[in-house]
Amino acid sequence: MSPDILLRIGGATVDTIYMVAVAGLIGSLIGLPIGIFLATSGKGELFPAPTLNRIVGLIVNATRSTPFIILVVAIIPFTRLLTGTSIGTKAAIVPLTIATIPFVARLVEAAIREIDKGLIEAARAMGATPMQIVFKVLLAEARPALTLALTMTAVSLIGYSAMVGAVGGGGLGDLGIRYGYQRFMPDVMLVVVIVLIVLVQLVQSAGDGLARRFDKKNRKT
Amino acid sequence: MSVSALKATSPADAAVVFDGVSKHFPASGQSGAFTALDNVSLTVDRGSITGIIGRSGAGKSTLIRLVNGLEKPSSGKVLVDGVDVGGLDEAALRTLRRNVGMIFQHFNLLSSRTVFGNIALPLEISGMDKRAIEQRVRPLLDLVGLADKHGRYPAELSGGQKQRIGIARALATEPKLLLSDEATSALDPETTQSILDLLKRINAELGLTVLLITHEMEVVKAVTSDVAVIDHGRIVERGHTFDVFTHPKHETTRALLSGLPGSKLPDAVARALKAQPAPGDRAVVRLTFFGAAAERPLISQLIKSVGAEVNIIAGTIDEIGGAPYGSLVVAYGADAETSGRAERFFAENGLVTEVLGYVA
Repeated sequence: MSPDILLRIGGATVDTIYMVAVAGLIGSLIGLPIGIFLATSGKGELFPAPTLNRIVGLIVNATRSTPFIILVVAIIPFTRLLTGTSIGTKAAIVPLTIATIPFVARLVEAAIREIDKGLIEAARAMGATPMQIVFKVLLAEARPALTLALTMTAVSLIGYSAMVGAVGGGGLGDLGIRYGYQRFMPDVMLVVVIVLIVLVQLVQSAGDGLARRFDKKNRKT
Repeated sequence: MSVSALKATSPADAAVVFDGVSKHFPASGQSGAFTALDNVSLTVDRGSITGIIGRSGAGKSTLIRLVNGLEKPSSGKVLVDGVDVGGLDEAALRTLRRNVGMIFQHFNLLSSRTVFGNIALPLEISGMDKRAIEQRVRPLLDLVGLADKHGRYPAELSGGQKQRIGIARALATEPKLLLSDEATSALDPETTQSILDLLKRINAELGLTVLLITHEMEVVKAVTSDVAVIDHGRIVERGHTFDVFTHPKHETTRALLSGLPGSKLPDAVARALKAQPAPGDRAVVRLTFFGAAAERPLISQLIKSVGAEVNIIAGTIDEIGGAPYGSLVVAYGADAETSGRAERFFAENGLVTEVLGYVA
């Protein structure tokens, strides 16, 4: 492989990390409160709003069931409006973020619903406000599960980010398709795949380690 | 809350008053509409340890949750320190809850917080600053005997230790009333005893009123001064614990009492028991004696005055609320003459008797 290709692989790796980081951050920041809302707004729960809960749930499901590649194409006008372009790394961040939001929301909802209802009752009995219950009980108790959820999000995003390459999104996927596939350079393809595997491994190990540290429930002393 | 205690205590002096409280749950999902509480009236005296006992599903959980507004009554009033809980808005309710401690069957501790952090939680919720929290939590750790465990997490502790944290947490805001929701039901007998001793000590030292619900007569016997028996959403019997134990009137109370060790008949006798005597049969009678009677040589006097064979079938000597109490099951001839002499003896000595049946 020429040094030029190696340089391109390096650059594409940085692009991928950049896309995953930005889309992951923005998507999680929006997805987290939506997930909390979904987990606490059912009938008789902390912020009862069953109708809105159903509507938000429906939108989340609709976004999640749209195949990612179709989502990318479908929101091109929106992407162009936001970034001024529909190709390249910056443009790819938009559909990646949109796909991350419902993904994170459902994972957060599941993590919070796992929490023993007795803890909510105990906090209510202490005179906690619903907001105090969210921050001091739900988020604190769900921290290990939330860490794993965000890890899973990052791993999925790495996969999605390779997919936006198919529509000129930049990053490792883009490189793999243009060089590895279209120019018949299987060695480039192999390196791209290996870099992706390494990235996923790193993210997963870091997430698992962090979640273990946060988990005081199943700890062995 | 015997009837006399009810009269002596005006509702304003009581820690908690249930006044004609009913609670209905509307039908939802697979479960049909359900009446958890049916016109319950009850007074919890200030400074008492009052027990509410009933089988599961009798309505006791709902009853205790009305006190801190976790449930709202469908009708009737619940007064805590004279304040109608049902009439409070959310903010006022939160203030009230900060002054009522509660402990739970499954402890409900935050696994993500240390022992210290768990006890500090209600103080953080009430907006206390860090230094004041520290000053409040330390003595509580000492009180429940967990000072050396303050940095541990609940998962590292035993059930009894977890409930001690639960108690310390409930006491953190210095409440005047402590609600105990089956607090010892998940614990082994020995640990149960130590938790009950702790509750007793808190009641005596801090003057805290304790309202506890349980399905275990042992718990009621060990710590309560007053008891109410609840069945199918209704209070079927209530009074001073000693009176209810020694003179149980309602069938449910008797059934719950029969679970206590010493009050069960040996199986062979229980199987042979008949409702009606045949000639030559022997009557099986439960004698209950307490106070001064517990200290007299009753058996030898009984044998002398009955002038016939008296068999002892089962017996137990115990204490209820610090008062000595004995229960003895004896058998003697069921013929009119022997029975008459025995009954005269019982009456003269102020013994409570209950004919359980007859055996050949």
